[in-house]
Amino acid sequence: MAKGQSAQLDRKKLLADPIMMTTIVLLITFLTLFILYPLAILLVDSLYGSNGFSFATFKRVFDLWTFRRAITNTLKVGFVVGILSTLIGLLFAYVEVYVKMRKVVGGLFKVVSMLPVVSPPFVLSLSMIMLFGRSGLITRFLLGIYDNDIYGYWGIVIVQTLTFFPVCYMMLKGLLKNIDPSMEEASRDMGASRWKVFTTVTFPLLLPGLGNAFLVTFIESIADFANPMIIGGSYDTLATTIYLQITGAMDKEGAAAMAVVLLCITLAMFAVQKYYLERKTAATLTGKASRARMLIEDKSVTIPLTVLCSLAAIFVIMMYLCVPIGALFPTWGYRFTPLTFKWFEQVFTRYRGLQAFRDSFVLSLIAAPITALLSMIISYLVVKRKFKAKGFIEAVSILAMAVPGTVLGVGYIRGFANGLFHTGILSGLYGTGLILIIVFVVRSLPTGTRSGISALRQIDKSIEESAYDMGANSLKVFTSVTLPLIKDSFLSGLVTAFVRSITAISAIILLVTPSYLLITVQINEFAEKGAFSIACAFATILIAITYGSVLLMNLIIKFFGTSRKIKEGK
Amino acid sequence: MADKRVKNPKGVKLDHISKIYQDPKTGKDFYAVHDVALDIAPGSFVTLLGPSGCGKTTTLRMIAGFESPDEGEIYLGGEPINALTPNKRDTAMVFQSYALFPHYNVFDNVAYGLRLRKVPKDEIKRRVKDILALVELSGMEARMTNQLSGGQQQRVALARALVVEPGVLLFDEPLSNLDAKLRVQMRTEIRRIQQALGITAIYVTHDQSEAMSISDQIILMKSGVIAQMGSPTEIYYHPVSEFVADFIGECNFLKGKAASCGNGQVAVQLPTGTVAVETEKSYASGADCEIVVRPEAIRIADEGMLPCKVELSCFMGSYQNYHVRVGDTLVKITDNCPVNKKIYKVGDQAFISFDPACAHLL
Repeated sequence: MAKGQSAQLDRKKLLADPIMMTTIVLLITFLTLFILYPLAILLVDSLYGSNGFSFATFKRVFDLWTFRRAITNTLKVGFVVGILSTLIGLLFAYVEVYVKMRKVVGGLFKVVSMLPVVSPPFVLSLSMIMLFGRSGLITRFLLGIYDNDIYGYWGIVIVQTLTFFPVCYMMLKGLLKNIDPSMEEASRDMGASRWKVFTTVTFPLLLPGLGNAFLVTFIESIADFANPMIIGGSYDTLATTIYLQITGAMDKEGAAAMAVVLLCITLAMFAVQKYYLERKTAATLTGKASRARMLIEDKSVTIPLTVLCSLAAIFVIMMYLCVPIGALFPTWGYRFTPLTFKWFEQVFTRYRGLQAFRDSFVLSLIAAPITALLSMIISYLVVKRKFKAKGFIEAVSILAMAVPGTVLGVGYIRGFANGLFHTGILSGLYGTGLILIIVFVVRSLPTGTRSGISALRQIDKSIEESAYDMGANSLKVFTSVTLPLIKDSFLSGLVTAFVRSITAISAIILLVTPSYLLITVQINEFAEKGAFSIACAFATILIAITYGSVLLMNLIIKFFGTSRKIKEGK
Repeated sequence: MADKRVKNPKGVKLDHISKIYQDPKTGKDFYAVHDVALDIAPGSFVTLLGPSGCGKTTTLRMIAGFESPDEGEIYLGGEPINALTPNKRDTAMVFQSYALFPHYNVFDNVAYGLRLRKVPKDEIKRRVKDILALVELSGMEARMTNQLSGGQQQRVALARALVVEPGVLLFDEPLSNLDAKLRVQMRTEIRRIQQALGITAIYVTHDQSEAMSISDQIILMKSGVIAQMGSPTEIYYHPVSEFVADFIGECNFLKGKAASCGNGQVAVQLPTGTVAVETEKSYASGADCEIVVRPEAIRIADEGMLPCKVELSCFMGSYQNYHVRVGDTLVKITDNCPVNKKIYKVGDQAFISFDPACAHLL
């Protein structure tokens, strides 16, 4: 039995809806051109050279021992960081969900989960060097160690763990809250000790979730560029090797082949995470907790756990605080008094800080609403409408999540520097602010789309159908019904996109031209040169901007968000 | 409000439409709706009734335009509408979940369709006011929808659909989220409003009593095909199949063979005796046939047509509920107003009988 005329009718209906049709065509063009094409060109370039099709470029890069070492380095770091972050995240999540703790501790936890979101990626590397480096505040002045080498493997591992464990903590917290307490009570009731309950009930239920958290961190670690760049020293990872291959060795074909290797690794991980672990997590932890959990009040349990977590949290917070404080010292490592604003002044007087902030700010400010709107449109189409190319749009926007920034950067260089397929078409794009904006959009699109999809899934499909049925066209349905209902999600998507853009570095550092000064690139440069005070001053202002915009968003949502009003009624 | 009746109630014609879906597990195509042919007169109230998965909602959604038929053509007021998007069709739907816009108040919800049609402001005000009066929600204009009870939300949804005066009004199980008492009240209300406006209505439900009480015509569906269509009384008293008889109320089936035929009656030979049933059909002597008779049409007494043994006797308030064994067959009886009658106990021997006009032959 073949499908009859319905496919043809659906097509006719789509054609009768020009707005929807145009949107879909534009979206497909955008996704193909700026996500699929740059990745495809990497593969094409590294396989198809002037002598036709060959594996020569791959063979050449694999012959480089630096590249082979970078692969093992990257995997080693990723693995260890994944394990450590998951374990620390689990500890924090467990304490938050199971243990009765004071409000102050809860506040600490909240700050810790918030910090990585609003900070530029390499802040922890900076403070790590300033606290534990050769002239570090703690190593040299407190402990009297003069030759502590923080650069390298351990530096990266510590910094990345501290950066990524809050993500694991947030993920695992959500899962733990979904475990129905009665299951654990049943186990306890049959005579199991708390530890036995954890090992026989909680832990097995959580296992896929732990695997999920591990892989997410693994991918993040592998894709991380900024930290290995600053604190890696001679310990190169794939992301930094690719960067050096372009900027140092000027070998773009080689870099393309390396990028393909990095992309394959992250895509494989992502596939396992997305299609196996995420589903398994959902399958084991579907039930909502039927009622509140009896929190552990036993002091012999609560005190050690709370103290341990609080110390860890305070340590992390101190690391972040080190950056603004560091910017106030006259010379880090030598003179600590009197506190001075001279570095902040120099940011603007000597180092063209105003231009850097203006460029970063303006580009991110343009990118943010585009990203937010685009991700809401994609979510709307994916969740609420049905049409042929829907699967493609969803797959590509989610695929972008697994693409490391460095890979995307190389793809853009290969794909646009000489125009499309090196023909010169669209070559005007390269080196402009527009391509930077596009990179910002592409880098933030997956997160926005994911949150948009989950927000829209909670809205009854028939609400939009009803508007459509009443005579509203697609645009009217979207603007009068969909958008107002996901206003909160849209606003937070807006700010997330802005924060992610203004703190982005991995892809952008490969694409930025001297006509644009970007803050993150500046910070990276100063940190590389060892000018930590000025790097800190830049970073402090950046954190102030990002944190300010998050606060602003919360205020706006509080006063203008509709969702709250709607939720309260139910 | 001298003339409330809508100007253009439209007829709906389904010209042998089918819808094919793919089974997500096996990947095989199957007919969700198969060769459904219907002609709905303007101004009539038609109910699509059937168990879940019978294709009734899919049919309704094809009329609204949310789904496209794989075969056949849908006509609205004589015009083919297959290729029209839902917003271009002169239909308005009342959804199971009400689908009110939670960010609008009652007035804005009801005015939504009028604003899309660029109706002047004064007229919008007047029409919304009139329609809210009709659904008895006057004075609620400024309320947010989440401040309303389920029944009130249902009325808003109804008002929102009615106010645009659609050619046909579609209902997708609109009462299934209400409690039993409110459901009965609302269905009377819907019928009253439909009659007052003279609007065409197509109503989907799986509740047979709802269908009976509200419709001019019932279309009973099973596995994507029409099992029977007709007025509520036709379907109740002259079901064409065991499925129809059983779905619409409780039913007893007695298998036997036709003995003699004549005078619009057939004598049916059952293992335990012979009974007469009125019918227009004629049966050859000895042909298999099945008597369909409703529980309330059967009398239980010390004398009668067929002997039986009582297996269950249960006082239900307004009636006494019996299960009796006639030969091998279980027969259900509801004996109304039992207060002055003899009550049989479990294990008692008795007789059942029924009027030839109250039974029906399959």
